[in-house]
Amino acid sequence: MLQFLVRRLIVAILVAATVMTLAFILTRLSGDLAISIAGPNATQADVEAVRKAYGLDRPLTVQFFDWVGRAATGDLGESYFFKTKVSTLIGERMPITITLGLTGLVIALLVSLPLGILAAVRENTALDRVVQMVALVGQAMPSFWLGLILMITLGLQLGWLPISGTGSWQHFVMPGIVLAFSAIPALTRLTRAGMIQAMGSDYIRTARAKGLSRASILLKHALRNAAIPVVAIAAVQLGFMLGGSIVIEQVFALHGVGFLAWESIGKNDFPVVQSVVLVLAVIYVALTMLADLMNAVLDPRLRGP
Amino acid sequence: MSALLEVDQLEVNFGGRVSAVRGASVTVERGETHCLVGESGCGKSVTALAVMNLLARGARRSAKRLAFEGQDLTGLSDSGMAHLRGNAMAMIFQEPMTSLNPAYTVGSQMTEVLRRHKKTTQRAATDRAADLLARVGITAPGLRLGQFPHQLSGGLRQRVMIAMALMCDPKLLIADEPTTALDVTVQAQILRLLAGLQRDLGLGMLLITHDLGIVARVAHRVSVMYAGEVVESAPTAELFANPKHPYTRGLLRCVPVPGKIKRDEPLGSIPGTVPRIGPGFEGCAFRDRCDFADVTCAHAIPRHAASVAHDFLCRLPA
Repeated sequence: MLQFLVRRLIVAILVAATVMTLAFILTRLSGDLAISIAGPNATQADVEAVRKAYGLDRPLTVQFFDWVGRAATGDLGESYFFKTKVSTLIGERMPITITLGLTGLVIALLVSLPLGILAAVRENTALDRVVQMVALVGQAMPSFWLGLILMITLGLQLGWLPISGTGSWQHFVMPGIVLAFSAIPALTRLTRAGMIQAMGSDYIRTARAKGLSRASILLKHALRNAAIPVVAIAAVQLGFMLGGSIVIEQVFALHGVGFLAWESIGKNDFPVVQSVVLVLAVIYVALTMLADLMNAVLDPRLRGP
Repeated sequence: MSALLEVDQLEVNFGGRVSAVRGASVTVERGETHCLVGESGCGKSVTALAVMNLLARGARRSAKRLAFEGQDLTGLSDSGMAHLRGNAMAMIFQEPMTSLNPAYTVGSQMTEVLRRHKKTTQRAATDRAADLLARVGITAPGLRLGQFPHQLSGGLRQRVMIAMALMCDPKLLIADEPTTALDVTVQAQILRLLAGLQRDLGLGMLLITHDLGIVARVAHRVSVMYAGEVVESAPTAELFANPKHPYTRGLLRCVPVPGKIKRDEPLGSIPGTVPRIGPGFEGCAFRDRCDFADVTCAHAIPRHAASVAHDFLCRLPA
């Protein structure tokens, strides 16, 4: 088990290092940062002053290792636009994005687990086909469109939920539903497939031969095994939700990390951009590790002999 | 007193197309080992699953009489049947490697069956599980209770399955080819264990096998199945000494007996394969492979009694 953890940790560090390198290179490739920071009316002297002030005159390797060294100690630099520390900026916005992501994940699981189980138990019936059709439609629906539809119906016509901002928990319901829709199709299909496989297995026949209740057979014996791939994908989906909430944060005016990234890209505020990429990548890697750990809890065979 | 298990004229078909069991009748008395033999696909496993009401979805069963301790099973609700299963009637399977849930410990899988059917504490259930593991010949039962199935060998897993089946003191144990998937040496151990348990606990046992060696060693009574029918049923000694049905005789010729068989002399075999039987089939299903078949074999076949406890399904006289 310890060996398993150490191996995972080494991979995580390698992934983080790769992401840092890529983020650094890509922001540098987007043009001369000094010119864009100095603005359209700047003289050549202004540009040179900016270049010197931000240390952009140094060789790229020096800049890179300077950034990596600082990032490793938790110093992500200062935003050119906001003139505050990047870590403070991200720290302020992160709770909104995480709240949104977790809301989305919880809604997605609350919908897809029962749907998947139901479809599996009623395999090849009309109900099963309806569930699969819903999953297909969900997959095909663009999230900004669904967001606007929900705003019009639930927000404006029915007045049940606020349509933008972050004032209360109600503000997160609609964007949460929209975000959940991106994960529901995959999670439902996976639950259905896992349950069908589990229900056809020899150990479920044994559980039935033992006279166990239907609830125990479905939820204790089958779901425990069917959940293993679902947990892995759910963690990955949460990573997508955290990193991919840019569109939804825009639509619902939630000032989270996605919104910050969007703003900063437009303003060429590259310390913020590369830091957001780094932070999201680290979270993503951490979630994958968490999924591995949860799988080891669910499946004793993964824990080694 | 009625027999422990009475199966009369059992029919099972899948989707109305394939008839897996066609009017099979089997009776298991209390404390008796009844062997159901036949080649692959003859319907013996389906018969066992039908008795336990464990058939896959899409299978339909019907019977003139299907009763356990005189209680009719055909009219029993799903939950009523679930209260009998694992309790008064238990079953073990051919696949010990996959029959235990990989996600739970041996102990938790064993105790849950007792706690489902009897009022008992977790503590008492764990003690009983440990006792039974020791009873089926597992050393260090305390250690095994905390282990997961993947940490056990096939033979050990089958012992765990047997111990688990005994948790609620069943009166009937159905064993579906319990030794087929095991090494030869382990097969003998498991068989000896089952025979010992059957005798000591006074179990009624329905043992399904295709191995006539097993039959000869443990069965009190044998029913030979062919294409979904019981073609011959007799006490073990009588069946081996005086087989009546041509299929039974063919089966017995396929078994090498040391001393009787000569080197280089081919072993007996039955030509052809088991036919697929659809609805509306009439006559003897064995007639295409039978040396004694004639035109009358295409019509309904009478069941003959060769002696009080011996009957067979063939046009040939007793």
